[in-house]
Amino acid sequence: MSSTGTSRAPFDPAALFKALFLAAVAVFVLVPLLATVLGGFKSLGELRVNPFGLPQRWEWQNYADILLSARYWQLLRNSLVISTLAVTLTLIVASMAAFAFAHVRFYGSSMLLSYLTLGLLFPAATAVLPLFIKVRDLGLLDTYFGVALPQVAFSLAMSVLLLRRFFKDIPYELLEAALVDGCSYIKFFRYVTLPLSRPILATVGTITFVNSWNAYLLPLVMLNTDALYPWPLGIMVYQGEYSSEWHLILAFITLTILPTIILFLLAQKHIVAGLTAGAVKG
Amino acid sequence: MARRIASSPAIDVAETSFAPIAVRGPRWDGRFTVLILFLPPALLLFTLFVVVPIGEAAWYSAFNWNGFGKPTNWIGLDNYRFVLETRAFWLALRNNGLIIAVSLAIQLPLALTLALMLAERFRGAVALRMLFFMPYILAEIATGLIFSFVYDGDYGLVASVWRTFGAEPPHLLASTDTAMLAVLIVVVWKYFGFHMMLFIAALQSLDKSLVEAARIDGATRTQTLRHVVVPLLYPTIRLSVFFAIIGSLQLFDLVMPLTRGGPADSSNTMVSFLYNNGISRMRVGYGSAIGVILFMICLTFAFTYKRWFMRDE
Repeated sequence: MSSTGTSRAPFDPAALFKALFLAAVAVFVLVPLLATVLGGFKSLGELRVNPFGLPQRWEWQNYADILLSARYWQLLRNSLVISTLAVTLTLIVASMAAFAFAHVRFYGSSMLLSYLTLGLLFPAATAVLPLFIKVRDLGLLDTYFGVALPQVAFSLAMSVLLLRRFFKDIPYELLEAALVDGCSYIKFFRYVTLPLSRPILATVGTITFVNSWNAYLLPLVMLNTDALYPWPLGIMVYQGEYSSEWHLILAFITLTILPTIILFLLAQKHIVAGLTAGAVKG
Repeated sequence: MARRIASSPAIDVAETSFAPIAVRGPRWDGRFTVLILFLPPALLLFTLFVVVPIGEAAWYSAFNWNGFGKPTNWIGLDNYRFVLETRAFWLALRNNGLIIAVSLAIQLPLALTLALMLAERFRGAVALRMLFFMPYILAEIATGLIFSFVYDGDYGLVASVWRTFGAEPPHLLASTDTAMLAVLIVVVWKYFGFHMMLFIAALQSLDKSLVEAARIDGATRTQTLRHVVVPLLYPTIRLSVFFAIIGSLQLFDLVMPLTRGGPADSSNTMVSFLYNNGISRMRVGYGSAIGVILFMICLTFAFTYKRWFMRDE
C-alpha cells in the first residue's frame, strides 16, 4: 500500500500516514463483517467471551441447520421472485418508454418526461399509506405483484432517464437507414436498439435488482403472510424468535447477505456504474 | 431528483442536436404506433403508484380515518396540528438534521480524502475501493442487524472491548443518550463508500492537463490539490451533499433493526416516525399528514438546492 510511486524516498511520512489511514478505515469496515461471519461459527458461550477472534471450535452445525431448513430457501425464493418480477417489468416498461422519448418527436414529449422524473423527487415512504390502500383496493395485497408493481413504478424515473440517454447515442443514421429499408420502429427497437443497449440494460437491471432485493418498507406494508416474506422481513422475524441467540442470528445474517456479496463480486462493474450512474456522466 | 439535476445538461444538449424525422406520410403511423404502445405502460404505472398516492395522501390527511370504509370524518388541518404538536416529530426532524450534519462534517471529508488516496493507481487500490463500497450494497436491514450485534451489551464487540478494560459494558442502543449516536456511526459506515465512489469517478474523468499545468507552473502537491483538484470537484461535492440530504430524509430500514426509533423516540427519523405512528397503527389521516410534510420538505429542499447551488449545471 505504501509503495505509491514515492518508494524512492527512504521514509515518507505522507505515505506512512496514508497507509495507516487506509488500514484504519479498512479495519473499521471489515471488523463488523468478519465478526458476523465468524460469530456464526461459534457457540453462544464462546461468542460472549471471544466475539472478535477465530472460533476455538468451529460449529458448522449453525450454518448447516439453516442451509438445511426450508425456511431459508423459501425466503430467498420469495426475494428472487419479487426482484425478478421487478427487474423484468422495469426493463420492458422503461425501455419501451425510453425508446419513444428518444426516437419519436411528439407534442408534449419533454413535458411527459419531466412528469416521469418527478419520481426522483421524493421517497416512496411519503405516500406509503395511500399506496397500501390502492394496492388493497386492487386486490394485490399479500401478493408478489403488490410489492413488485410499486417498486417498478418508483424505479421508472431513473431507468427511463438512463435508457433514454443511451438510446439517443445510437446513431440516427441507423434508424433512418432502417426505416428507408422498410423496417418498422418496433422492429428497430427489438432488433437494433435492444441488442446494442446491453450494457445499459445490465446497469439498469442491476440497480433495480439490488434495490428490490434489499427493500424492506414496501414488503413490510404489503405482505401479511410469512410464507411470502422476502429475506429482509424474514430475517427480522428470525431475529425476533431467537432474540439473544446471537450465534444463530449471525449465521443467518451471513447466509442471507451471501447472495448479495457473490453478485457484487461477479457484477462489480455494473453495480458501481449503476449505483453511481447519472451522478457522474451529467 | 439528484439524478434529474445531474443529467439535465446532457438532456438539454441532446435536445438541441435532435434531428427531426424527415419522412412523412405512412411512416407517421409507425411513430404513432410506438407512441400508443410504448408510452402508456410506463405512464400508467407511474401515475397509479406514484403520483395518485401523493395526491391521495393530501386528501386523506384531512380525515380521521382508519383505512376501512370511506373516509367521512373530515377534520380539516387538525392532523397537521397534531403532528406539529407531537414532541416526537420534532425529535425526528432533529435527528434527520443530525444525520445531515454528520454526513457533511464527517462522511463527506472522509469520502473525499479516501477518493483522493484511492484514485491513484497502486497495488491494492481497486481492492480497497471495492471493500469500502461493499457496505453500501448490503441491505440496510442486514447492516442494522450486524450493528445491533456490534453494540449488544452482552455479546457484542463494544461490550467485549469495554470488558477488557474491566468496565461494565454499556447498552448503547437502549439508552436515550447514546442510541442516536450509535445510529449515526452506522450511517457513516454504510454510506461513505458510495460518496467515495462518486468522487473517484469524478477524479478519473478530470481533465489531467489542468493538474499537469499546475505542477509545471511550480505548484506543490498540496497547492495543486487545494486550488485545482478540489475546485474541479465542486460539482460532485454539491451532488454528494444533495444525495446525503435526500438520503437522510429517507432513512428508515437502518433504524428499524437497531432501535425501532426508540428508546422513547430518541432515534426516530421522519420515516420511522411515520411508520411507528401512522402505518403500524393504521392511522391513515395522521400518517398521510406526516407523509405530506415529508414530501413538502423534500420538494422544497430539492428546488431550493437546485436554484441556489446547482444553477450553472
